[in-house]
Amino acid sequence: MRSLSFFFVFLLSLFPILCFSFNPESPTDRRVLVLLDDFSLKSSHSIFFNSLKSRGLNLDFKLSDDPSLSLQRYGQYLYDALIIFSPSTEKFGGSLDLAAVIDFVDSGHDLILAADSTASDLIKNIATECGVDFDEDSSAMVIDHKSYAISGTEGEHTLIVSDDFIQSDAILGETKIEAPVLFKGIAHSVNAANSLVLKVLSASPSAYSANPESKLLSPPLLTGSAISLVSVVQARNNARIMITGSLDLFSNRLLRTAVQKSGSQDKYDKSGNELFVTEISKWVFHERGHLKAVNLRHLRVGETDEPAMYRIKDDLKFSVEIYEWSGKSWEPYVADDVQVQFYMMSPYVLKTLSTNGKGLYHASFKVPDVYGVFQFKVDYHRLGYASLSLSKQIPVRPFRHNEYERFITTAFPYYGASFTMMAGFFIFSILFLYNK
Amino acid sequence: MAAPETSTAAVPTLYTNNTLRNAFGAVLSFFIILLIGVLAFSIRLFSVIKYESVIHEFDPYFNYRVTQFLTKKGIYDFWNWFDDRTWYPLGRVIGGTVYPGLTLTAGTIWWLLNSLNIPLSVETVCVFTAPIFSAFASWATYLLTKEVKGAGAGLTAAALLAMVPSYISRSVAGSYDNEAVAIFALIFTFYLYIKTLNTGSLFYATLNSIAYFYMVCSWGGYTFIINLIPMHVLLCIVTGRYSSRLYIAYAPLVVLGTLLAALVPVVGFNAVMTSEHFASFLVFIIIHVVAFVYYIKGTLSPKMFNVAVTLVVSVGLAVCCAVIAVLIALVASSPTKGWSGRSLSLLDPTYASKYIPIIASVSEHQPPTWPSYFMDINVLAFLVPAGIIACFLPLTDASSFVVLYIATSVYFSGVMVRLMLVLAPAACITSGIALSEAFDVLTRSIKFQLPGVSSDAEVDAGETSSVTTEARNDEVKAEKPEETSKDRPSKKSKKKEREHVEKPSSKSKVKTKSEKKRLLALPLEASVVSLLLLIMLGAFYVVHCVWAAAEAYSAPSIVLTSRSRDGLHVFDDFREAYSWLSHNTDVDDKVASWWDYGYQTTAMANRTVIVDNNTWNNTHIATVGTAMSSPEKAAWEIFHSLDVKYVLVVFGGLIGYPSDDINKFLWMVRIGGGVFPHIKEPDYLRDGQYRIDSQATPTMLNCLMYKLSYYRFVETDGKAYDRVRRTEIGKKYFKLSHFDEVFTTHHWMVRIYKLKPPKNRIRGKTKRSKSKTGSTSSSKRSGTEKKNPWH
Repeated sequence: MRSLSFFFVFLLSLFPILCFSFNPESPTDRRVLVLLDDFSLKSSHSIFFNSLKSRGLNLDFKLSDDPSLSLQRYGQYLYDALIIFSPSTEKFGGSLDLAAVIDFVDSGHDLILAADSTASDLIKNIATECGVDFDEDSSAMVIDHKSYAISGTEGEHTLIVSDDFIQSDAILGETKIEAPVLFKGIAHSVNAANSLVLKVLSASPSAYSANPESKLLSPPLLTGSAISLVSVVQARNNARIMITGSLDLFSNRLLRTAVQKSGSQDKYDKSGNELFVTEISKWVFHERGHLKAVNLRHLRVGETDEPAMYRIKDDLKFSVEIYEWSGKSWEPYVADDVQVQFYMMSPYVLKTLSTNGKGLYHASFKVPDVYGVFQFKVDYHRLGYASLSLSKQIPVRPFRHNEYERFITTAFPYYGASFTMMAGFFIFSILFLYNK
Repeated sequence: MAAPETSTAAVPTLYTNNTLRNAFGAVLSFFIILLIGVLAFSIRLFSVIKYESVIHEFDPYFNYRVTQFLTKKGIYDFWNWFDDRTWYPLGRVIGGTVYPGLTLTAGTIWWLLNSLNIPLSVETVCVFTAPIFSAFASWATYLLTKEVKGAGAGLTAAALLAMVPSYISRSVAGSYDNEAVAIFALIFTFYLYIKTLNTGSLFYATLNSIAYFYMVCSWGGYTFIINLIPMHVLLCIVTGRYSSRLYIAYAPLVVLGTLLAALVPVVGFNAVMTSEHFASFLVFIIIHVVAFVYYIKGTLSPKMFNVAVTLVVSVGLAVCCAVIAVLIALVASSPTKGWSGRSLSLLDPTYASKYIPIIASVSEHQPPTWPSYFMDINVLAFLVPAGIIACFLPLTDASSFVVLYIATSVYFSGVMVRLMLVLAPAACITSGIALSEAFDVLTRSIKFQLPGVSSDAEVDAGETSSVTTEARNDEVKAEKPEETSKDRPSKKSKKKEREHVEKPSSKSKVKTKSEKKRLLALPLEASVVSLLLLIMLGAFYVVHCVWAAAEAYSAPSIVLTSRSRDGLHVFDDFREAYSWLSHNTDVDDKVASWWDYGYQTTAMANRTVIVDNNTWNNTHIATVGTAMSSPEKAAWEIFHSLDVKYVLVVFGGLIGYPSDDINKFLWMVRIGGGVFPHIKEPDYLRDGQYRIDSQATPTMLNCLMYKLSYYRFVETDGKAYDRVRRTEIGKKYFKLSHFDEVFTTHHWMVRIYKLKPPKNRIRGKTKRSKSKTGSTSSSKRSGTEKKNPWH
């Protein structure tokens, strides 16, 4: 009986660990749900899926209209990430719908969404919720008569090549993608004011979005490099989303095709797609660019305990540790642009932190001559990295009554005046009273 | 009312015969005084009996919180207290911005009781501080009036003060505010001033300065003292009543009082730098010049004196003009002319409403209406003129002070309702004098005509004796300084002065007195009837006072009650909301509300607030006002920039509680618009009218205050009928895009909203197609009102 209850308690204590495979200590995703239109994609995109599996991800393939489809059970999410490779699905099966997908993202989980020319409203709406607008013309595709892939046989120039990558090692890895990426699908645009969405792969200036089969009657709405081929979103809660208008981007066919850009002599045996999708999936699944800041500490100079309150003009030392997740372990993050603010409605002190190369960032400064409730703020937002926003409230008090100077040199004439006045009055009183 | 009657009867007997009767009178008046104290204390306990032993209203909660801090941390920490839980993120240096008198008093009482092993809670001590001090105040009134017009008037005045509604309104049990101790300090300072003036004793002068110090510690109203006393001194000098007693009463007060006042952190250098204090220094100079002139006059021959006068006056005038010019230039160079806004609004009643909406917005800073005079001082309003006349018969230094006091306080009470409190003691003193004199006259006429007693000889004797007693009374006062100052060097000059001033006046007084006495011998019936009428008047006053204490002024305003057909309803929504905050929010969460509720939130919910009732930073209040008058998104941004987590609004529309935020809203607009000009008052008014019904302006219907107040209100009765404004509201169905309702109290009086976190994603701009239906969670997120299906 006792051992049974002990076992039960043990199970209970294990329960959270079983439930949260996504935890702040190892942010890499483990369980991925892949939604497919039909299972043939499993084989036609097997290279991509296998690369994910080889990185330790646990893929769960389901048909998008599977009636048992569910992202969560008993309030706990069953998956850490979602790959939607079912562009034509009008309605998901089971309890999954637009709101469920959005809630999944809002609770910090990742999403890869691929559409193509058959994209349904549902898929487009998911993209819209994330800040990506697919071309409203459902029959339009990206056409480029200048930078199309020569290997493509059809004359519509819908299989285009692009090498206009975003300049970010965090997103695309340190290995430069030499070969251009092949793309066949629909265009989308992002709002330039939306700071959360990044265009990872843009179309060339000569691209436009139109129906390749019909005649172009009016000028296309989306043209040139406004067209984004692949976009990523990093939400405020650091959930990462990748959206592309081409499901073929991930296909074995394009991954293995030799590529030659029209008008260019460079010919590559293999397109850049494989490297591209691998690297970007690493970013999406938090294997790269995920930072954490811990141990935010501040001390009055010469003391060892963290004070509950500072006095104006105190000297203080501030330190914080920042680490990056490498996919397996937390490595020290090294940068020279991390700043700390001493903030009360506006930053009174803005100081760049110096690092020891082992993750520790520190700075020392003087508390300004202003009292109030301040905050130590570290706001670190860098392209491709998880954003760090730390703040710690700390009040700053004015001098105590006995912390002012007791005697001021410049006031000695006044002290003198007071005492001579007193002495004079004393003498005067004696004279006045007794000198009669 | 029995008390003053017997006392007035007792007073003449005091002087008539033997020491035994004197002693009897003294013992009697002692017990009367004691009973007056008990009366003053117990009439203020209605609030405890009817409600419970709680701190009332707004400011008392702050004082209570400060007292708790004091008792916990000690006096030095209190002095240096930097409070980071209010005025976020600016904080407030409480030790340097608070009048510490009340807190120190209650803290001392608590400490004393605890060291005597009487374990009362701090709250209990705070609740009962005000009643205790009103007993002290009535005793101080006795002393003051006794100095002016004798013990009979003193007892009457004390009894009147013990239950004057105006004072009760500020000093019921639980009303733990500065005024509770300050009125005592005010009266006691005046008493010591009069005492010094009557005796010329330096001892009392020193005590006077200390009492003044206590007053400065207690209340900003001390400026009334430091202006009234110089006025009186000036009056005495101008009317030729200068004496060395006046000098002793005044000079030490200015010197010691100013030094002591400068020790109070909140006053500090203001004691010598602001115009409120300039009058005292000016009179200080004048009294020295006058004293010097009297001294020269005493030493020089009259001829030489005239020469000296012409010389000095011509030189002095030139110097004075120069000094005054410099002074005026200095004062004029400061933007507010050296006067703080509150004081300026005293002198120019329209000043505040013109320039400082934050002062004008407080109801107690409005000018009073006539009924409020009747409510607050009742029959005293009619007795005051009689008392003033009585003060002129005869006019002494002391009685001229009372006349000046009542005249100035009547003016100030006409400017601000709050200062009715200063008027109340003056009215009690003058009415006490009037009543006492009237009883004196009437009882004497009855005695004069009673069949058994009315032999001419006796009457004559009685009359002359009473006349002589009064004369002697004057004489005694004049004599006393003589006795006490026997060993003083300036004895000779003093005597001279006294002869100069006192002798002729007292002689003439005696003459006029005896003539008057004959005139005042009224017929028996008339005196009996008027005596009865006076007693009825007194009885009416008592009834009114008890009613006022029990019904009008005992409500703690954090617990409300209402009577209806189905019995008594108790609305305890405020404490419900505050305890919700303290149990359900994080310790460091910031709560934004209009400043009225700041003190209560910090004291009861222990949460950080943005603004509170200490309205020291107009910009900060204007920021909150602007947020409340802005549309949701702009308001969210303002609140978010201030790290606000929760917004609290008070809404009375469901139960008809009139002092809710919608009724205060125009002030938020005005105060906000005073600093941020994009908030314009006319945008919220339809044809100059403030309305929230379907005729209201779109700005009004879309502002945050409207939305937070009326969110889901239509669900209560289906019509959204506002019981305060007596109308159906203009916009009934709407949703909040940036705020979540987290708590609404039982009667909807307090509603608490939480700011939504910033959107996790930013939506694209494509219009959603029709297949999007019903997903409410995402439509909330959309953040734009156009997509609102409720519209």
